[in-house]
Amino acid sequence: MIDRLTEHRGLDSFDIRYVALILAILGIGVLSIYSVTHGQKGGIAPYYLKQLIWIGLGAAAFLVMWASDYHSLARFAYPAYAVILLMLVFVLFEGRTSKGAQRWIALGPFTFQPSEFAKLILILVLAHYYSKAPRVGWLQRVIVPGLLVLPGLLLILKQPDLGSGLSFVAVYAAMLLMVGVRSKALGFILLFSIMLFPFAWEGVWGSLHDYQRQRIMAFVDPGYDPGGKGYHALQSKIAIGSGELFGKGLYGGTQSQLKFLPEGHTDFVFAVFAEEWGFLGVLVLLTLFVGLIWLSLEIASKAKDQLGALLAVGIVAMLCFCVVVNIGMTVGMFPIVGIPLPLVSYGGSATIMTMAALGLLLNVKRKRLSLFY
Amino acid sequence: MATVHYPEAEFGDLHRRLFILRVGLLLVVALLGLRLWHLQIREGPYYRDLSENNRTRLVLLEPARGLIYDRHGVLLANNVPSFSLYVTLEDVKDREVLIQQLSNLLGFDPTLIRKKMTVRGSKLLPRKIKDRMTLRDAMLVESNRLDMPGVMIQVESQRNYPGGVTAAHLLGYVGEISADQLEKPEFVDLHQGSIVGQYGVEKSYDRHMRGMAGQKNVEVDALGHEKKAVVVERPQAGNDLYLTIDVRLQKVAEDLLGQEYGAIVALDPSSGDILAMASRPGFDPNMLSRELTAKQWVEIVQDEGRPLNNRASQGQYPPGSTFKIPMAVAALETQTMSPSSTVFCNGGYQFGKRVYHDWKASGHGYVDLHNALVHSCDVYFYTIGQRMGIDVMAEFAKDLGLGKATGVELPSERSGIMPSTAWKQKAKHEQWLPGETISAAIGQGYVTVTPLQMASLVGTVANNGVIYRPRLVQAVMDRTSGNLQELPAVPRGKINAKPETFRIIKDALADVVTKGTATRAKSSMVTIGGKTGTAQVAALRTGPEENIPKKLRDHAWFVAFAPVESPKIAVAVLAEHMGHGGAAAAPLAKEVIETYMKLAPQVPAVTSDLSGVKRSERSAKDS
Repeated sequence: MIDRLTEHRGLDSFDIRYVALILAILGIGVLSIYSVTHGQKGGIAPYYLKQLIWIGLGAAAFLVMWASDYHSLARFAYPAYAVILLMLVFVLFEGRTSKGAQRWIALGPFTFQPSEFAKLILILVLAHYYSKAPRVGWLQRVIVPGLLVLPGLLLILKQPDLGSGLSFVAVYAAMLLMVGVRSKALGFILLFSIMLFPFAWEGVWGSLHDYQRQRIMAFVDPGYDPGGKGYHALQSKIAIGSGELFGKGLYGGTQSQLKFLPEGHTDFVFAVFAEEWGFLGVLVLLTLFVGLIWLSLEIASKAKDQLGALLAVGIVAMLCFCVVVNIGMTVGMFPIVGIPLPLVSYGGSATIMTMAALGLLLNVKRKRLSLFY
Repeated sequence: MATVHYPEAEFGDLHRRLFILRVGLLLVVALLGLRLWHLQIREGPYYRDLSENNRTRLVLLEPARGLIYDRHGVLLANNVPSFSLYVTLEDVKDREVLIQQLSNLLGFDPTLIRKKMTVRGSKLLPRKIKDRMTLRDAMLVESNRLDMPGVMIQVESQRNYPGGVTAAHLLGYVGEISADQLEKPEFVDLHQGSIVGQYGVEKSYDRHMRGMAGQKNVEVDALGHEKKAVVVERPQAGNDLYLTIDVRLQKVAEDLLGQEYGAIVALDPSSGDILAMASRPGFDPNMLSRELTAKQWVEIVQDEGRPLNNRASQGQYPPGSTFKIPMAVAALETQTMSPSSTVFCNGGYQFGKRVYHDWKASGHGYVDLHNALVHSCDVYFYTIGQRMGIDVMAEFAKDLGLGKATGVELPSERSGIMPSTAWKQKAKHEQWLPGETISAAIGQGYVTVTPLQMASLVGTVANNGVIYRPRLVQAVMDRTSGNLQELPAVPRGKINAKPETFRIIKDALADVVTKGTATRAKSSMVTIGGKTGTAQVAALRTGPEENIPKKLRDHAWFVAFAPVESPKIAVAVLAEHMGHGGAAAAPLAKEVIETYMKLAPQVPAVTSDLSGVKRSERSAKDS
């Protein structure tokens, strides 16, 4: 593995533009976390400092994933999936609860969230499956991988972690699109979904917590409990809107500094940034994200084999989904489902997982280069 | 490596599908951008208005401070509801107008309000302008609130001391946190307007009694008027304290001092529990816990009686002849004197060119240690002091707790001075002079002690050398869990001395009361042992006591313990400028002891679970 790296001048794959984009987005994240939590205690260390530690660990994960061989990684996909499923079961019984959801496993003073890592493993599982299994009919193309996704999805919805669950579905959907779903199969899926919808709705809606239902209701009908759950969405909109063109400046965000914005350092960190840096700042951040995703798609399109391409597509899909849904919910386009903004929101598991995923993407690029040597 | 290749057709297909993905992505991002442009540019001014006007305020909910009880559960400090006025500057349109409105409406001092408003801090957080408002004032504000945006009335609890001046120096008082205090790490959780203990137990146990503030989110409209409040975090009440003092004994001790300046300390020698600690003149903690005007504060600070000074733990006085107790311990332990050997006293002690006088000009004749203590013969102690030297004296006196802080849980305890050659070199950069040893031997010169140290000393002697740290708090009640945590007595060790030494000294101290210098402490109720002392204030005096201005008269000391056979109480009395200890201080000690002996077997006036426990423990110990 290592000799191949030197032999094939694998270091060429270390795309400095890609890494610079990641670092710039991480920087914006740390700045916003610092701004909204300064003067607040985050346990053993301030939040921004802890986030820097997560970024350090994430950088290590990035390098490891970049330096490994994604073919070997894919071979471990099923056992890894089994392990993470066991962890998700463990979380249901022994997990640490926060804000009504049981998502965390405590490791001494730290906690980690298996559902975050499950996303990356699911991408490996599906990519591995599609690159190996014969894909002759809709059974192999749709149903079998669907059954692979299902246990993880159900366990995550049970926590409940609607955001992670939805990103599971998004990854699955993106993969399906990539392997090519014929119109007949697509039609069948649609029909099947419509038939299943009442049951699925019952299952999903029933498994949601009250606050989640209220958030969705508040989204569907803004007049629903305006002082309650809809109020949070409104405050996020006020924060972003009042930033106007130039923003209110660092620490100037009255909405976020007043600690009104819930989860200002995690899910709503974008609103904090938008309030303090305005439309111009937001454009910069969006450009950085688009640039990152663009480079990622380029890696996907130039992958040497199908496994690499599928991995890359899965990672890009997950990244896009999280960015779009997170920003979408802060601006009131989507209901609030609890998805962190990749590389910006505070959180150890999500930061490390995202950076590992991006390392894997870069790995796919190296493999492409090695083909030409 | 890669064994499975997909057909060329599908590979081409992948590119087509990725193209769709790219277009889709650009579309979605464009949509997000459009949405953001709409929010921030088109509707920006609207949302800016909303953020400035329709926003929430974080209001702190002050916790209830822990209560203080005496050892029998008598309430010494509690909280009463009161109204506080808060102003959120962000919502105030014109500060001067508001200041005018408030002073017109309530008669508040405009400069004081202005000062409160200019304290550094966030404009968004409400700041406390006035507390302890009357119900009438609070109603006035409420009914005029629509004209005064940003003004808010909060119901809070105010510290109240039902006993008034009783035990004021012990309890201390509370007050708003100062700017200096806010900078300190121990107050990191607090904020402008927080109430913290500023003196006494209130200060030293502030951390326990303070509790934790809660928060509520108050939604305000464009005029800063409260529309809706959501409690985010409930405040947590502080913990209750049970003191070691018996408030009945405390009152007796304070009344005995009356208008005179001085201190009385009574403690239980077997545990170090302080039963009473009186210091006069006193102050009303209710007044100090309120907001004082500058004039009132200056009056208190400049009062020449220094009422804020706890004379029991902060007053430093020469011990006078009470110092003969540690001297006697040192003499016997170092075998400078055997109990039977004598010294001849002719009324003076010649050293070099100077004669050191005995208080009795005619002299005491031949005296042994017993008689030297009973009649307080100065010459005897000059002699042994000269033989032992200052450093041996200092070593014993320090072992017995003189010249160093006792560690009682009160702020700013003073240590007094027990001089030695090393001390003088360090403090004055001078050599110790042999003549100074002679003064020190009878508790004059550089030697100073606090009444608390003297009570502890006599308690240690009564307790045959086992020394306890004097303590004021015997239990802490956790308000949230309801757990009563009893604090153990803190032994500080045992004086390394023969039991015989203490027996000899206690015998002598008993005779001091029955036939010596303190016959005025003699009680028909209980056997008392004690020692008088007179602390010189001015060195040169002529004529009878009555002709001397009061502030130059000597301080009177009396330290005692009782009953002599099995001591239950140790007392130190210091009466400033009251002359001789035997005449002025001894009767007070006797009163305190007799009161305590009468009180002890009685059922306490107010009972709590705690006092029940304590009583049964005590009776078990006694039997």
